[in-house]
Amino acid sequence: MTDLDSAKEKISSGSRLNRAEILALYEDNDLLYLGESARRMKERKTGKQVFYTVNRHINLTNVCSANCPLCAFQCHSGDNRAFTLDLNDVEKILRESAQIKDLSEIHIVSSLHPDKDFDYYVDAVKLVKKILPDVGINAFTPVEIINFAKISGKTVDEILRTLINVGVTSLAGGGAEILSNRVREIICPKKCTADEWLDVMRTAHGLGLRTNASMMFGHIETIEERIDHLLKLRDLQDETGGFVAMMLFPFHPDNTELGKRFNLRRVGSWEDLKMLALSRLVLDNFDHFKAFWVMLTLPIAQLALNFGADDMDGTIGEEKIIHAAGAKNSTGITREKLRAIISEISYTPVERDSFYNKKFSSSQS
Amino acid sequence: MFVRGELEKIERKVERGERLTREDGEKLFECGELSWLGALADYVRKKICGDIVYYNVNCHVNLTNICLSRCKFCAFGRDEGNCGSYAMTIDEAVKLVEEASEDPNLSGLHIVSGLHPTWTFEHYLSFVETLHKKFPKLYIKGFTGVEIQHFANISGLSVENVLRRLQAAGLEAIAGGGAEILTDRVRNLLCPKKATAEQWLNVARTAHGLGIKTNASMLYGHIETLAERVEHLIKLRTLQDETGGFQTFICFPFLPKNTALEKEIRQTSMWDDLRTMAISRLILDNFKNIKAYWVMLTVPVAQVALSFGANDIDGTIHRENILHDAGATSPRSLAEDDIIKIIREAGRIPAACDCNFNIMRIIE
Repeated sequence: MTDLDSAKEKISSGSRLNRAEILALYEDNDLLYLGESARRMKERKTGKQVFYTVNRHINLTNVCSANCPLCAFQCHSGDNRAFTLDLNDVEKILRESAQIKDLSEIHIVSSLHPDKDFDYYVDAVKLVKKILPDVGINAFTPVEIINFAKISGKTVDEILRTLINVGVTSLAGGGAEILSNRVREIICPKKCTADEWLDVMRTAHGLGLRTNASMMFGHIETIEERIDHLLKLRDLQDETGGFVAMMLFPFHPDNTELGKRFNLRRVGSWEDLKMLALSRLVLDNFDHFKAFWVMLTLPIAQLALNFGADDMDGTIGEEKIIHAAGAKNSTGITREKLRAIISEISYTPVERDSFYNKKFSSSQS
Repeated sequence: MFVRGELEKIERKVERGERLTREDGEKLFECGELSWLGALADYVRKKICGDIVYYNVNCHVNLTNICLSRCKFCAFGRDEGNCGSYAMTIDEAVKLVEEASEDPNLSGLHIVSGLHPTWTFEHYLSFVETLHKKFPKLYIKGFTGVEIQHFANISGLSVENVLRRLQAAGLEAIAGGGAEILTDRVRNLLCPKKATAEQWLNVARTAHGLGIKTNASMLYGHIETLAERVEHLIKLRTLQDETGGFQTFICFPFLPKNTALEKEIRQTSMWDDLRTMAISRLILDNFKNIKAYWVMLTVPVAQVALSFGANDIDGTIHRENILHDAGATSPRSLAEDDIIKIIREAGRIPAACDCNFNIMRIIE
C-alpha cells in the first residue's frame, strides 16, 4: 500500500496520520479531497457551529530588539514609524473599547522593546483588568514571555504566574513561525528557539493557562519542516491538552527584509487552503482552527470554513502587524458582517469568549 | 463523493458523460454541496481538457466609455461631456499598445468599448485597421455581440457584412461580453437599449458561420433568478451544439459599486462564484474552456476556481478599466510570472495562448 492509500484509509477511519502519509497527501495536491476531509473532521468536532469573537487588538509598541527579517512591523526607536503607547494611551484605547457592545477579549501582542521593563507590560494588563474586569485577556506570545524572563531575571514560570495573577487569561499563539532552528536562524535569529517556544507553552499549560498555537509558512521552509512543525504541536498537545486553537499565517513578504533577500512572493489561496485542510487533518487533537480573515481575505476566509476552519476570529478593531506587511483588508469588521458571512454558507454563527464558550449577545438573532 | 438521492443520480450521469437537463441544473444550484460540485466539475475538466491552464499576455484597449446604452449594471459607461468621459484618438490607442509592447511576450489585444453615440462604424473599423497594420504580430480579439449589433444598426449593413469587414481589417475573434443574462425579462429591466437575447445569439451564430470564433459569458448576481442562470447556460449550449464556434465561457459576477443597482444588490459571495463556475462547467458539456476571470473574482478566488472547473485564467491585461470603475479590488494588471505561479501552485501546467487558444508557449 502506498503512503497515499494508507493516508486516505486512515482519514476515512479517523485514525492518526504519520509523517510519510502527511507528505504524500501534500504532494498529491488534491485540494478538494483535503478540503472535504478536513470539513468532515471539523463537523465531527464542532458540528455546524462557526465561532467568532468581538475583540480588540492592542499593539503596545513596534520598537523591537529582535529585528526579525520576517517582520514588517518592527522598527528601531529612531524610525519615523516607531510608536510606543504609554499607559495613558492604553487607557484611552480601553475606554474606547469599553463602548464596544459585548466585547469578549482584548488581544495584546507587541514587539520586544529594548528599554521597557517587565512592569510596563504588567501595568498594561492591570489596566485592562481595572477598566474591563469581565473581558478575557489573550496576551503575549512565548517570544515575549522569554524576553520578559531575560529582561527581568525571572524564570518563565515566575513570569507566567505574575501574568496570571494580574489577569492574563490565555497566551497568544504567535511567534512559533516554523519550529526548526535551521529556519529560525534565517528568519528570526534573535528570537527564542523552537524548544524555548514549546517550553513556554508546556509551562503555561502546566499552570492551567491555555494558549493558542500557530505556524507561519510560505517563506524559506521546506514542506518537511512544515510537517515536523505540526507534529511538534501535536506531540505537545498530547502531553498537555492546553492548546485551544490553531491558526496558520501565510507569510506576507511585502516590506520585509526576508522577502527582499529571497525574492519571496506570498503563496496563493490554493496553498492557504491546502495547508489549512492538511493541518486540520494532522492536528487531530486540536478542537479549533481559525480562518484569520485579515491574512486570507474575507472571501477565502469564508471558503476556509469549508476546508476545516471553525472560527472566523474576531472583529479586531485595528490590526497593525500584518497590515505593515501589505495585507489589503480593512482593519476591522462588524459582528453583523461576520455573522452574515457564516450564515451565507449554512453554518451557525456562534459568538464566543476566549475559550469557545458560547456568549449570548444581546444583538444576536 | 458523499451525496445521496437526486444528486447521486446527477453524479452518475456526469460520470457516464450524459447531458444534464434544465431540472438537473436547477437542483445543482439548490444543493449547497460546494465541495461535491467542485470535485464533479474538476472531474469533467480533467476529462475534457487535461491539466493545461491557458492564459494570455494581452492588453485591454477600451476605445471609449461614452455609451448610449447606459445599462443599469455598468459603472464604466458615461454620457458625452460627463465627468470622466473619454474617447481615444487612433494615436492614443497606438500609444497605449506601444507602451504595452514593451513586454516582448505581448501577444494580443482585447478591444471592448462603449457604444459611442456619434462614432460611425467606419471609425471603429479604422482602429482595427491601424492597430493591425502597426502591430501585425499581435492578434486582435474585439467587440462583443452587443457592439457588433450596434455597428449593424448604425451602418445599415447586415451583421454578416459588419463581421466580414472587421475580419478583413484584421479582427481574429469576438469577445464574449454583452450576453449578460439571455432572457428578455432581465434585459428589458437592465439593458433595454442594447442587443436583445436573440440578437446576441444571432451575432455569435453568424460569426461562427464565417469561421470567426467567439467567446461566451454570463453576468450573474443581479436581478436574475437561478432558473434564469440555467436557462442562459442552456441557450449557449444549444447554439454550441449547432455551430461549435464558442471557445471559452466566462462567468462574470456582477460588481454593484458605482452602478445604478448599488443600493439594491449586494455583491455575490465567493461561495456563489465557485458554485456558478462549477455548474457552468457541468452544464456546458460542449465547451472546452471555462475561464476564471481574475479581475472580477479576485486572484485568490480565481486560483481556487481552477479546482472548480476552470482551465483558463485570462491574461495580464496591462490596464483594466471597466471593472475598476465598478470598484474591483484586484490589481489592474498581473505580471506573467504571477500568473505562472498561480497556475503552478495549483499543480497545473501554464500555457500562453493566442485569442484562438493556439498554444504559443508551454511553461514546463
